[in-house]
Order: sequence, then structure tokens, then C-alpha cells
Amino acid sequence: MSIDQNKINNEVVTEIQNHFIRGYEAVIGIEVHVQLKTKSKIFCSDSTHFDAADNENTSPVSVGMPGTLPVLNRQVVKMAIKTGLALGCKIQEKSVFARKNYFYPDLSKGYQISQFNQPTCEHGKVYFYVGNSKKIVSITRAHLEEDAGKSTHFGQYTLINYNRAGIPLLEIVSGPDLRSAIEAAEYAKTIRNIVQYLDVCDGNLEEGSLRCDCNVSVRKIGAPKLGTRVEIKNLNSFRFIEKAVDYEIERQIDTLDSGGQIFQETRLYDPDKNRTVVMRTKEDDDDYRYFSDPDLLPLLLRPSDIEKMRAQLPELPLEKLERFKNQFSLPQADCEILTSDRNLADYFESAGKISNNYKSAANWVMGELLRELHQNKIEILKSPIKSEHLAELIQMIDQNKISGKIAKVVFSEMWLTSKTANTIVSEKGYTQVSDSKAIEQIIDAVLLENPTQIADYKSGKTKVFGFFVGAIMKQSKGQANPDIVNKILKQRLESK
Amino acid sequence: MNLLTATFYDISTAVKAKKISAVEVTNFFLTRAEKLNPTLNAFTHFNKNAVIDAQKIDAEIIAGKNLGPLAGVVFGIKDMLCTKGMPTTAGSKILQGFIPPCDATVVARLKNAGAIIIGKLNQDEFAMGSSNETSYYGNCKNPWNIDYVPGGSSGGSASAQSARLTMGTIGTDTGGSIRQPSSFCGIVGIKPTYGRVSRYGIIAYASSLDQAGPMTSTVTDAALALEVICGVDEHDSTTSNKSVDLFSKNLTTNIKGLKIGLIKEFMAGQSDADVEKVFSSALETLKKMGAEIVEVSIPLTEFAVPMYYLISASEASSNLARYDGVKYGYRSEFQNLSSLALDDFYGQTRAEGFGPEVQRRIMLGTYCLSAGFVDAYYNKACQVRRLLKNQYIEAFKKCDVIFSPVTTTPAFKIGEKSEDPLKMYLNDIFTTSTNLAGLAGMSVPFGLSSKNLPIGVQLTSAPFQEQKILNVALALESVSPVEGKTPNVY
Amino acid sequence: MIDEKTILHIAKLARLKINSKQAADYGQQLSKVLNHFDQISKIDTTNVEPLISPIEANFFDDMAFREDTAKNLFTAEEILENAPDKMGNLFKVPPVVG
Repeated sequence: MSIDQNKINNEVVTEIQNHFIRGYEAVIGIEVHVQLKTKSKIFCSDSTHFDAADNENTSPVSVGMPGTLPVLNRQVVKMAIKTGLALGCKIQEKSVFARKNYFYPDLSKGYQISQFNQPTCEHGKVYFYVGNSKKIVSITRAHLEEDAGKSTHFGQYTLINYNRAGIPLLEIVSGPDLRSAIEAAEYAKTIRNIVQYLDVCDGNLEEGSLRCDCNVSVRKIGAPKLGTRVEIKNLNSFRFIEKAVDYEIERQIDTLDSGGQIFQETRLYDPDKNRTVVMRTKEDDDDYRYFSDPDLLPLLLRPSDIEKMRAQLPELPLEKLERFKNQFSLPQADCEILTSDRNLADYFESAGKISNNYKSAANWVMGELLRELHQNKIEILKSPIKSEHLAELIQMIDQNKISGKIAKVVFSEMWLTSKTANTIVSEKGYTQVSDSKAIEQIIDAVLLENPTQIADYKSGKTKVFGFFVGAIMKQSKGQANPDIVNKILKQRLESK
Repeated sequence: MNLLTATFYDISTAVKAKKISAVEVTNFFLTRAEKLNPTLNAFTHFNKNAVIDAQKIDAEIIAGKNLGPLAGVVFGIKDMLCTKGMPTTAGSKILQGFIPPCDATVVARLKNAGAIIIGKLNQDEFAMGSSNETSYYGNCKNPWNIDYVPGGSSGGSASAQSARLTMGTIGTDTGGSIRQPSSFCGIVGIKPTYGRVSRYGIIAYASSLDQAGPMTSTVTDAALALEVICGVDEHDSTTSNKSVDLFSKNLTTNIKGLKIGLIKEFMAGQSDADVEKVFSSALETLKKMGAEIVEVSIPLTEFAVPMYYLISASEASSNLARYDGVKYGYRSEFQNLSSLALDDFYGQTRAEGFGPEVQRRIMLGTYCLSAGFVDAYYNKACQVRRLLKNQYIEAFKKCDVIFSPVTTTPAFKIGEKSEDPLKMYLNDIFTTSTNLAGLAGMSVPFGLSSKNLPIGVQLTSAPFQEQKILNVALALESVSPVEGKTPNVY
Repeated sequence: MIDEKTILHIAKLARLKINSKQAADYGQQLSKVLNHFDQISKIDTTNVEPLISPIEANFFDDMAFREDTAKNLFTAEEILENAPDKMGNLFKVPPVVG
């Protein structure tokens, strides 16, 4: 499954225009930490369930007790390979776990098991659109590591919870290819969509299952060397990513323009004041003394194992988007909404397939369904209306069994009662009346009662037509087939 | 039955046949150990529940349950191994009072086989030492002469076993810590092939070198204990899938035609006269038994000590980072917690909790892994390690078993070598290369020095060939000049 | 001879609090030991892959993996039993400044 990166749907793709600010070019790279959604931790069997009491999801291994040893979770490896393949990476046949040594209370062993020289995934790329321009970003590497515990600071003391210690992380490192705050946010969204599509991560920035650190530097346009880069942490929404990067670019330009110097440091984004502040400087950086972990053997993979997983990859977000555009002739904007969530895309496609009306399915999903889901704060998988039920509703409209207007009423009933469209229509007698004779009767009755309006109409007040339609629909409890009503009403009025 | 000379097989058979109870055996050794331990300081802790554990064994026998091959056999465990509910200190202040929530796999397997754990044994702090002089819990004495060291780091195991305070012991060996004290105290000690025995629950010193093994009075006992503790473990990724032979059943003294390799580089006159004498005598014995002597050359053994210390110190500096006063163990007393900088919290706790030798090795290891030095020291040592292993593989194409002294001297006096770290390190020239190459090695007693201190001889096999060295050891033991001899403290 | 500045840096990395006298002693001892160990630099190790562990894995068959099943075998209380200081079921340490 490969996408021709240069031509999609025979459109020649335009590269994004260079984004220069006050004579400078911004260079941004992003490290995304993806929490892999396994049931147990990467190196021990503790549960990863988020709703656990203090230190409930711990064991001697995750708390670093003497004599404990790591054992690798098979599912973590599978998820890492899947993700690496989706990012276009080369999966290394031999990758090695290394110890990153430093001291911090939430790091129970005094070292983090990570990967250093020989990561599992390398040299990939992703692309996304900003407007109509296509942006390609390289993925330097994606490696596995364990998460640390959580420290909560209370002024006089700090409390440590190791529930999170040992949760598997895939750290995805981009090349320094991003050039603006918008690109940074879009890149992060792209990664999020991919990992959600693969079902390897919840992709929730607020909850921390996806964490983004941005490395920002600026240089004068045309300068060969990169500027000093600053790391920004604590970005837990796409909006914050954009605002923080924007602020930091401006701050660096201001500093350089006024003759100052950029220091290599780590900064935090303060959303209340919309600015970045220093967290720690380079001097405080430890020498991590990386070395291969002797408690874990190198991870060895056969090419056939990797290819088997490649064959099992689901369709990725952008591939699906392109396919929806081409196969169902849907506009770009609609496809973006429909593919923004894999479950939503699956729902839409299922409803479209069963009803054989993708356009209608798209409209219903983007309109009524999404509205109800948002209002009730439910996700698509928990929707009381399943895709096959929506399809049935659409078919009833297409078969003229009910009008579009009635269908909306039926939809609301389906949402509330979880009954099928057929059931509701027959129970409530909503079946559209398409019997010409019956409609003629109603039309004649209405015309008889409203001679003044007939005269108005004949004298040129065509708006009166609507009045008649309204009265007819009311008389028929909305069930008269509107097309037939229009046709017969016109005929009758003409003949008067 | 003389409990002081009974073998594991004797005892477990008798216990299962109800000829003697596990409680009786346990009480015998507990009483004896409690009486002699103040002189030797071999045990640092006695199991308060030992008799209760023994009662359970007896009850199971009465209930007709099938028990394992170590039913009723009493063991002491080096304090490097975690024992559920019993303090586990690694000979250090920094783990004072630490009570593990679960057993090391080795301990669990012994218990499953019916063994009774009567206590924890003294050792050099974090297994860093060759004399048991770095223990926070005091020096341990050699039962043959209490002015002398029992060796290390499994000094408590060797001393307790030699004075027969217990029926069997478990030690650990990273650079010789089972073999050297076994030799100094006149007992049998075996370090299995790396990957044979699970390291889960064994406090890590040097992860790629550590192995636990039995230290016993006889080769047959060692073979039986080895069978019980060997085998792949799902909790340790570095254990091997290789099936475990029934070492004790396959034992034979017939070594006719077996090729015994002598390492040329170890025969260069490094050892003192007493050691040479015992070694030559053993060699003659082997020849008489029909073994064929072959010379092999392993030139890189000359660099085994530097390699060993660079690698083990590097791994240890990382393994010991977890001792930080946060989750368990010792924490410094601080006046004002809220104004304490985190680094001072760590720095003081660790400086107070670790002894000087441990701190020295942590410093050494940190240096060897640090930016700018890692290539010259740690990485280089690892490369040379591969070359050393390759040389051993070549050597084992020419011989079945390698034969050498264990140490250059018999036991030395307490305090004699502890001033100069380098001098202490150079004790290990004959033993460290075994760990570096991941081979199996054992020490079997074969003589006494002019000062009446034991001297053992060392057998080394290719990976997973423990049966070969057990057989040779059994053959030597069958005609051993020290058969029946007992230490002063007995 | 390893200088005091380096020793203090190493002690900081290792979180071992040492005074000047100790720094001098360690400097001397480490220098002596490393001088002796420098001999391994003489050995030709061109293109030799470092040996990290005597156990070298083969592909999947030999590899130690765990299946993805969650098992909380210990209670929080058991895990905190040995804690030098705690608050409820959380480990307590001095405030992390900065």
C-alpha cells in the first residue's frame, strides 16, 4: 500500500511556500512520546489501567526493588513495528535496549530502559496538507522506552506514584523539517491520527497518552548553520503547540535582533500568560552514560516477520482520505471530517455500502450524527444508532418510503429509542403517502377551503404556492410525498 | 546417621522415610549454627520460622505428598539473594532492614524441592570483594584459622559450609566469588554457565557476569543442588532454554581419555609453593586416572582482571543507582527536609549507606561509562571480552575441561590485603576469565598449605558442559588427600 | 593522574557526597587502577563487535518475551512496606526543587 508522494489523484502537489518572519526562518523538530495501549507494562505484568489507586499498578520490578529484571512485552514490539511501518520507517532487524542513567525520584531504577544507537525504527517520513499544499516531514527514528512514575510537588515534600512507571512509550523523532507553528501543530495531529488509526494509542494530549516536545530555533534567511535550539515541553493541546511555537519564534527573533543570545535550554509553555519560561539550562544536563542493557537481549526480527506485519497494516488516514475522494467523489473538506477518526470513517463507509448511497451517508454522518454525538458527549462506537440502521433509514428515503423531513424525525426517535427506522415508521404511521389519488383528495380539499388564495396565486402571487404546500403537508401530517404534491398541485392550479 | 557428614540424598531419603524428621534436622543445625556463629560471623540472620517450615515438610510427608529431592535439607542463603519475609542486605548498610516481598527464583526452587532455609549468610558488600572484609555486618572468619579470611565475596557461605553450620549453602560468583572462598575454606563450589540459573531476585552487581551456585561439602551434593536450581525462568530474559541434565544421576569417576587442558599463561609461576604443590599432585592424580593432558594457550587471560573490573564496575555503577533512599532501605537523617536539595538527599544517603569499596567501584564504573572515556574503557573492554571468549572456544576444541589453580595463594590474614584495592583485585587472575566468557567453573578441595589452610583446584568447562567438570571433580574427590579432615572451628 | 575537578564531576554523576580529602584519595586510587588497566588499549580490536552478554539470542524462537496479560500480584501496601517515608500509599521524598 504505497502512495505516490508526488501526484495524488493526478494533481501535481505544490510544496508549501517558505514561511519567513522578519528576515528569519524558523526550524522546528518535534519529539512525540506515544503511550502504547497495551494491557500490561513494557517490562513487567503490572496493569496499565488508568483508573488505579495510588501505587496499585506496581510490582517489585516497576518499583526497582533489588534483584528485579525486565522481560519484554511481545505486544509492545508488534505495536512498535506497525507504527514504524506506518511512518514509512525501516524496521531494524537488530535493535538494542540501552540504559539511560540519571537520578530522579520518579525513575525507580536510577536509569530508564530506552534505545540509543540501535533503535527499532529509522528513516521514515510522513506527509500532511496545510491548505492545498503538501508538506513532507522526515522521521529520523522511532524507539521504545519505558515511562517514568509521577511526582507531585507539595512545597514541603514530594509524593511519588509509580503506576505510570514502565508504561511502554514509542518516541517518534522528526527531522528539523517544520518551518512554522501551523506546520508543527499539523504534524502533531498527523502523528496522532496515525497512531489512533493503528489502534496503538489513544492519542489524547490532555490525558498525556500523547506528549509533544518541540525543538525551536531560528536563523537568518540563507544562513547555512542552524541556530541554537530551545526545547519546549508541557504542550497538551494542538492549540498550545501552535501558540507556544509562535511565541518562541518571536521571542528568539526579538532576542537576536536586540543583540542578545539564545541559550540551549528547556522551557515550559505557560498557557495563561501565553509565553514560554525557562525550566532548566544546559549546564544541568546529565551525561547519561548510555550502554546496552545486559538484562535484555537484542531484539532480533526476521524480514518475514516484518513483512507479515506490513500486510496487516490497516489503511492509513491520508490513504483513506484519498480513496474517499476518488471512490465516492466526495469533496476534500468532507473527507477530512469523515477520516478524522477511524471509527467514524468505518461507520460512514459501512452505512454507505449497505445503503449504496455514500453521498447521503456522508451528509447524515457529518450532519445529524456528529451533532448528536457531540451534544451527548458520546463517541461513535457507543452511538445508539449503528451504521446498518442509518443505512436502512437512507434506503427508506431513497425508496420514497419517507420524506427527507420525516427522516429527521425518525432519526431522533432512533437515537432515543434505539429502534430501527422500519419499526418507528410503521409504529408511528410515518410512511410517506405517494398514492396520487390520496394526495389529489387532500389537495382538492385544501383548494376548496382556500378560494381567496387561489385567486391570489392566479393573480401572480406565486408565494402562495408555499402556503398551499404547507396546508397540504399539515393535512397529511407531513407524510405526503412532496414531489408528487408539487406536481399535482401545479397541475390543479394551472387548470383552475 | 551422622548429620555432620550426611549427604543431601541421605537426609532427604531418611526424612521421606520418616526415619528422621525435618524438624530434628533443622533444630540440629540451628543449635549448632547459633553456637558457633559468634566465632565465625558467617550468618547475619537466622530464620525465625525455620522450625515452622520444617514442620510443614514433615506434615506433607505424613499426608503422603511426594516431595522433592531436597526434602528436609537445610540451606543457608548468601544475603545477595532475596528471601521473602527475611532481611536481605547484600552485606550493606544501605539495605539494612529491607524485607523483600518475594523469594528469588533460586530460593523458591530450593523450597519447592523441600529444602529448609535456616538463615542468611555474610558477604562482601554488594559482592565486591575477595575476603568478606567489606561487609557492613563485620568480618567473617575462616573456620580453619579464625585469623584468616574465608575468602569472598561468598565468605559467609564458605565459612558456614566448611564448619558445617548448615547442610548446603548458595553463593554467587561474578569474578570468582564462589570458587575462591570454596578453595580457601576447603569445600566444593560451582559457578554454573551464565544463563543456567535465574538471576531474578539476586541483587545485581554485574548483570552480565553474576551467577548463583551451590557451595557444598561434596560434589554429589553440588550436582543435586545444581539440578534443582538450574533451568529457564520467565522472570529472567538472560536464562537459557537449554535443558538441564540430571547432573547427580549422570555422575561418574571414569575420566579415562578425557582431555584436560592446561592454560599455558596460568603456568607461569604466579602461584606460591603450597598452591603449586597441591596443583601438581592433583594433576598427577588425573594422569593416573587416565586423563590426557593437553596444553592450550589463551593469551588474553593476561587482561582478564582489567576487563573484569572495567566491565563489572561499569554495570555496577548503574545497578546500584536504585539505592537512593526513596523506595526502601537506608535514608540519611536530615534536619530540615523541606530545604534539602534533591542531589544532597541522594549524595548523603548514598555516601553514608555504601562502604568505601562500593563507592570506589561506583566511581570507577561511572568514570568508565562517562562521555569521553566510554570508548577507551567500557566499550574497549567489551570488545576484548569477545576476543577472549573466542579464544576459549578455540581452546575447548582441543580439550574437554580446563584445569588450573583457583588462586595464587591460600587464605591470607584478615587485614593483610585490604589497604590496597589493586592488590586485592589482582587476586582474581585465575577466576575472572570464566565469568567474562560465560563458562562454568568449579573449585574442589585437594590439599592443605603448610599452615594447614585449604587449597582447592579449579575446573572450567565450555558453556553447558557442567557434567564434565562435575565428573572430574568427583574423581578427584574420591582420592582427595583432605578427605575427612575438618577445620578448627567445627 | 585524575584531577579533583573530574573526581567531583564523577561523584556528582554518581550522587555520592565526597569531601576534598576523599576526592584526593579517590583520584589517587582510580588513577592507579586505571593506569594498570590501560594495558587493554594495546589489544587490536578493529571491527570486533563488543560482547555485552555471554547469552546471545537467536531469532524469535530463542527470545524471551512476555504475553500481554495484566497481573497485579502485589498490593500497594506490600510495595510500600519498606518505604523509608510515605504518605498514604505514596512514597514521600524531600521537595524536588527546580
